[in-house]
Amino acid sequence: MFELLAQTSLNAIYAASYISLVAVGLVLIFGVMGVVNFAHGELFMVGSYVVVALYADRMVPFFVAVAAGLIFVGLLGLLMERALFRPLRDNPLGGLVASIGFLMVLQALAVLGFGVRMEHIPPVTQDVITFADKISIPVARVYVIVTAIVMLSALWYFLKRTRFGWALRASAQDPEAAALQGISVTQTAMIAMFIGAGFAGMAGALTAPLISINPHMGHSVIITAFIVIIVGGVGSLEGAVLASVVYAFVHTFVTTFFDGVLADITGLALMLIVLIVKPTGLFGSADRA
Amino acid sequence: MRNLFLWVALAIAVIILPNLVSFSQQEVLVFMTINILVVASYRLLTLTGEWSLGHVVIMGVGAYASALVTKELGLWVPLGILVGGLASALIALALSVPLFRMKGFYFLIGSFAAGEIIRLLWKRFRDPFGGAKGIKGIDPMPDFSIGIYQFDFFEPVSYFYFSAVVVAFCLWILWRIEKSPVGLTFHAVHWQDKLAQASGVNLRRYRTMAFVIASGFAGIAGALLAHYIGTINPNSFDVEVMVFVLTWAIVGGTGTFYGPILGCVVLTILNEIVLRELGLEQTRPLIYGLILILSILFMPNGLESIVQRVTRRKDAK
Repeated sequence: MFELLAQTSLNAIYAASYISLVAVGLVLIFGVMGVVNFAHGELFMVGSYVVVALYADRMVPFFVAVAAGLIFVGLLGLLMERALFRPLRDNPLGGLVASIGFLMVLQALAVLGFGVRMEHIPPVTQDVITFADKISIPVARVYVIVTAIVMLSALWYFLKRTRFGWALRASAQDPEAAALQGISVTQTAMIAMFIGAGFAGMAGALTAPLISINPHMGHSVIITAFIVIIVGGVGSLEGAVLASVVYAFVHTFVTTFFDGVLADITGLALMLIVLIVKPTGLFGSADRA
Repeated sequence: MRNLFLWVALAIAVIILPNLVSFSQQEVLVFMTINILVVASYRLLTLTGEWSLGHVVIMGVGAYASALVTKELGLWVPLGILVGGLASALIALALSVPLFRMKGFYFLIGSFAAGEIIRLLWKRFRDPFGGAKGIKGIDPMPDFSIGIYQFDFFEPVSYFYFSAVVVAFCLWILWRIEKSPVGLTFHAVHWQDKLAQASGVNLRRYRTMAFVIASGFAGIAGALLAHYIGTINPNSFDVEVMVFVLTWAIVGGTGTFYGPILGCVVLTILNEIVLRELGLEQTRPLIYGLILILSILFMPNGLESIVQRVTRRKDAK
């Protein structure tokens, strides 16, 4: 029993690491631009396809492909900011609808470029770390966990310790006051969008060898991300990370002990309950609504 | 008098139209008729200012309910369709308890979550919902004759006439509701919620009423669909379909009763004539996505309401 619990916990930590990368990006975009990016799951999908195109098809080293995924999807984020969110700055729900349109475009392009079949990616490494004989974790998953921790720490440092980070947080708190201090709203929006989209792309790229890849995979990703940001409180980065861990543990344990569909239902029910009982999220501050 | 003439002309056009087009286009006409009811009912909900992402799943509730009562209990199909509408309305009533504690963006996400839960329940419980494969062999409408016309429901034309009559009747009710004092109150709930509340309007009750009525008609649309295609599964009512409904409504503009209907008709024609004839069926999501983006960027009239609401909320902060 102990082995099973420990094994499931390890699986949950892996899930939490990539979910938090996606959710933190979504929260960052929402915080700075006030837009809910429905296409976030598709940005994850594009990240995975960058790895398909570079690593699986063209033999580029895996981590170079992951970095390319981060940059490519980050640039895609800049495109979204410039083409969609900037013109619709005064219309947050318009931005949401535009991102739904963008989501469909990305999906369709993935279908046109790669077909609807599932992609198979050769494993990066077959190594498995084993503890106490029965508990094991593939090294490929360790890569995801370590990268997520490094990137999230880097983001934390960037936001709390650099001038750009200050500017970003100021714009998130009060765009008008920030603009009066000489902070460029456009510039901070671009930085937030690049980081937010890039993180989603990197999460997709990192997990690409471990999951089944198809053009419609973004759907479950965005649902997960929504659950996480609602549970964590829509504007809170720390909340998003904590909620990722909570959600990953709940989901992984229900999947292990019951079944996957029930786990999805549990996750959605968790979100509905939080929406009803405490719409600001478990870790969100009260004034963020 | 001129109005009467217009209506008669429209009725004649509806009667003649299916005889001028090919078999597959007749099928498209049936789907379009049903979709018109879906968008028109969706608009009733948007009157109160709330945008749901669960409308298509609610429509699916009607489809499943009608399919089950006719298949398992042997209920007469027209009654089954009514039961479908009723089931959707009841589910909506139950959902309104948690969902209308939320507004705006939170309602949007909440309705999305509630819809996904229902869809997953269909997937999870093979008995009675048939799991991921759904329900097959749903009873078709029984054939009948009205003297001058013999309804043979293996023919899309017959089903088109039948659904056109049902949908027209539903649209008439929706229109009457919108023009009634209740409908005017829906507008007030949206545009002047504080004033309406101060005048003794129970905002939540009216939001719930709009949601339940809209869902009931969506359920009827779902049931019409189920008895036409004969097989339904959880994926028939997924987010992609919801995005199509959203696109029709936004492209058409929700400011008027006919706006969403116009959006549905125009985009269906575009889809059928332009895309299928050019062999671009595959790129439908791409085209729809681009249309959605372009219309929100350059013709946001349909979304005027939301802009107003959000700016008002900003001022209140």
